[in-house]
Amino acid sequence: MRLLSPIKDHHSERRLFMGRVAMTATIAILLLGTVVARLVQLQVFDYELFAEQSLGNRYRIEAVPPTRGLIYDREGRVLAENLPAYQLEMIPEQVADLDDTLQRLAALQLIAVDDIAHFKELANSGPRFKPVTLNFRLTDTEIANFAIQRPRFQGIDFQPRLIRHYPHGAAVAHAVGYVGALSKEDLQRLEGSDYAGTAHTGKTGVESRYEEQLHGDVGYNNVVTNALGRQVPVDSRDLANALPANESPAPGDDIYTSLDLDLQLMASKALEGRRGAVVAIDPWSGEILALASAPGFDPNLFAVGMSTSQYAELQDNMTRPLFNRAIRGAYPPGSTIKPMLAIAALESGASNLQRTTLCRGYFRLPNQTHRYRDWKPEGHGRIDLLEALTQSCDVYFYEISNALGIDNMHKYLDMFGLGHATGIDISGEHDGLVPSRAWKERTFSEPTDRRWYNGETVIASIGQGYMLATPLQLASAIAAVATRGTRYEPHLVATSQNTLTGERTMYPAKRLADIQLQDEQSWDVTIAGMHAVMQGDRGTARAAGANAKYQMAGKSGTAQVFSIAQDEEYDEKLVDELLRDHALFVAFAPLENPRIAVAVVIENGSSGSRVAAPIARQIMDEYLGYGSHAAQ
Amino acid sequence: MPRSEPLLLDSGKAAPLGDLGRIMRRLNIDGPLLGGLLLICGLGLVVLYSAVGESMRLWLSQLVRLGVALLGMFIVAQMPPDFLRRWTPWGFVAGLILLMLVLTTGEIGQGARRWLDLGIRFQPSEIMKLAVPMMAAWYLHERPLPPRFGQLMVLFVIIIAPTLLIARQPDLGTALLVAASGLIVVVLAGLPVRFMVTLAVLSVPGAFGLWQLMEGYQKQRVLTLFDPTSDPLGAGYNIIQSKIAIGSGGLFGKGWTNGSQAQLKYLPERETDFIFAVIGEELGLLGVLSLLCLYLFVVGRGLYIAIQAPDTFSRLLAGSISLTFFVYVFVNTAMVTGLVPVVGVPLPLVSFGGTSMVTLMAGFGILMSIHSHRKLLPH
Repeated sequence: MRLLSPIKDHHSERRLFMGRVAMTATIAILLLGTVVARLVQLQVFDYELFAEQSLGNRYRIEAVPPTRGLIYDREGRVLAENLPAYQLEMIPEQVADLDDTLQRLAALQLIAVDDIAHFKELANSGPRFKPVTLNFRLTDTEIANFAIQRPRFQGIDFQPRLIRHYPHGAAVAHAVGYVGALSKEDLQRLEGSDYAGTAHTGKTGVESRYEEQLHGDVGYNNVVTNALGRQVPVDSRDLANALPANESPAPGDDIYTSLDLDLQLMASKALEGRRGAVVAIDPWSGEILALASAPGFDPNLFAVGMSTSQYAELQDNMTRPLFNRAIRGAYPPGSTIKPMLAIAALESGASNLQRTTLCRGYFRLPNQTHRYRDWKPEGHGRIDLLEALTQSCDVYFYEISNALGIDNMHKYLDMFGLGHATGIDISGEHDGLVPSRAWKERTFSEPTDRRWYNGETVIASIGQGYMLATPLQLASAIAAVATRGTRYEPHLVATSQNTLTGERTMYPAKRLADIQLQDEQSWDVTIAGMHAVMQGDRGTARAAGANAKYQMAGKSGTAQVFSIAQDEEYDEKLVDELLRDHALFVAFAPLENPRIAVAVVIENGSSGSRVAAPIARQIMDEYLGYGSHAAQ
Repeated sequence: MPRSEPLLLDSGKAAPLGDLGRIMRRLNIDGPLLGGLLLICGLGLVVLYSAVGESMRLWLSQLVRLGVALLGMFIVAQMPPDFLRRWTPWGFVAGLILLMLVLTTGEIGQGARRWLDLGIRFQPSEIMKLAVPMMAAWYLHERPLPPRFGQLMVLFVIIIAPTLLIARQPDLGTALLVAASGLIVVVLAGLPVRFMVTLAVLSVPGAFGLWQLMEGYQKQRVLTLFDPTSDPLGAGYNIIQSKIAIGSGGLFGKGWTNGSQAQLKYLPERETDFIFAVIGEELGLLGVLSLLCLYLFVVGRGLYIAIQAPDTFSRLLAGSISLTFFVYVFVNTAMVTGLVPVVGVPLPLVSFGGTSMVTLMAGFGILMSIHSHRKLLPH
């Protein structure tokens, strides 16, 4: 050692160092002690808490959606089924850059650009690791395109799922309804927990009303997932506390409707290119045989999901394809109410079989100059009630309306179910309207408006003015004429069947109070008049009733369209068309022991007897076995 | 170098090993220290196999790194302390220059410049983990202890210069460890107690100043420590998951490769900074206490070597290396158990990664060199 530092005292320095080592070692032991204490706290005292949290981390209960019940027609032909389809799904937590990913998917045309905002909202609002469906049905080409690119899309994958499919598309859309993606509002309305795995719910028609039966009960799988939410295979490791047993979902019930698919398809075809509705009812049970509204729409679009622009196109279409005219369309019934008014006149004594009137083509109220015109300008000549029905003489009904009075008219039309919802088992029905003094007083505020005028009674007698009825109401009312007073609530669903047990539940139509007449002959007169409409020499619809192998009864109606809304987009050709009269027709057959009652409404169809009546005839032919189908 | 049979305790310990003991002595290897280190590394490799998800490729790469690090230790062990001391200033200055190079031309990774590519890619801050305590010990070697105020100021500069350079990268964890390694030298050299008290008092406004200098993510880490649940999916996630992993391990653990937190990746950075949580989860309290005992043994052996060291440089350096090793262990385990903020400090000799392992083993090489090259003390 060099003696560079004479004052360096090795002994004392060594002692100093020993002391410092002792000091630092003590501190080290104390520090290590805190770590050990912490470990004991975590692993001994808080063990159960953390064990529980660790369990909660990796076990997840995955909801398994039940298989939705199928919907059949009355003969077991499928109206709504479930088809396997590949869906494009995204787990937002696994996507690194949401914007970029969605943009690139749009570039591949797997999603629509205008839906990106919607998907972003869904991605940010759902529960953790719940997949967001981006595309409900990928085509084979789309699957192939995506498969190549899959490594570039973390968190996106396609999954096999069952998707609702309506093999007959638009033809049954308004009766069966459709399912669409579950919305927030749906979840509030429905039993939320039961929909944990479900992506769709019934939105309209049978799909909506029988949602409870169709949906089934959710099942649960207990799965182990890793931190990325991916399910990992459950092997023997670390499963000392075994997973709780899985719970299978219970499939929904199948629904058998009373619809007759052949009839439904025919009705839908007859309405092609038109705006209107056809409703056919079995008068002795209230079962709906056909319920069609045109134009229709493809319900599969809702099940598969459509882009915002596609939906806007449907929604904004001037012909309103989403509007169910059969139950929501409220039309002036025109002369189709004359059979009921004939009964009212006979029953109330306002007229009788002998009473005749001279029809000169117009009618004037006492002390008034206004002429109420008959549809036939030259008039029908001298005419009785039966002939007035047969030829649809307006003047005859104008005359008896004064004796009958609006309140009597209301009373009888009400008995036939007009002016209030029929109670059919799909929602959205319009109440229709049968005016009365009381109604007018209730509805208007100005004293002059609240008064009932005789002229209003006059036009009400030919189903104009305030009066409104839906095609369904007309069909139901005429069914009550066909049965001579026996009434049923119209009904679409006949039975449901539990697919596991085979157990059937019946949904019989509710029988309503009969219409009791003082004189049963009133039925005979009215039905005879309606028979003559179609099969008499002077019947307004004798052309439609010609060459039939069975007897039938009907009544045409041609209702004036008083105005069109001012804010409708102006299209000269369309406006011209929209000003044409609505064509209506009600009928039933066979005359003795009727099996079918039909109402047909063609918007702006000009003539009930020429346009609507042939459709009614076609439907009845088909159902009674005289149609083209039957011939085949 | 004279081979004198020392009057030291471990000659007796080496005796049962017989020939192996003699071979090790000749190779300047300290048996107990090597044994402790190999046990830690062995346990580490076992746990790492599980922590890398049983990836043989990653596991083998770590095995290779361990081999390289052991080789490095062996080479360093052959360098006599006098040799090391002579080269210390050069090494320190070179380290400083490299640190400045890093700040200007270093590679950027994860928002920080830490790496330098001079033929081989390395972190100059690693050099400083050894160069700083060596420089401090070199400076004190021939000066009478305890150091006077002026000398303390020089030591302060020796420590603070590299610390600030590393903190600028920014790499707060390494900067703190480097500062600690230098500070330990000063404490062992006899830093007056009143200084330590003053430092402790000054650390309050100092901490405040540091807070002002800290990056947003560093502040977040501190805040997260106090309330991890405030941001359970963000900054607090690591600590929450780590505590769940350790706590759910219980006394005996869930079993090797059976830790659900680690295997299902709920535990982030499971093979690097948070590997201690994997041990806690899979091997339980028993496993982590065993590991801590091994660490304690290595630190104790290092301090024993320091006490036995013949001169000031060796003594201070050996003490600092041993205690810095302890600081590593403490900071990592305390951070993983949620006692201190998350600073990126790996669990020494166990965490996946090579750089820090090479430095650590070189440090232990120095310890072995000091122990085997010591002369009889002049009484």
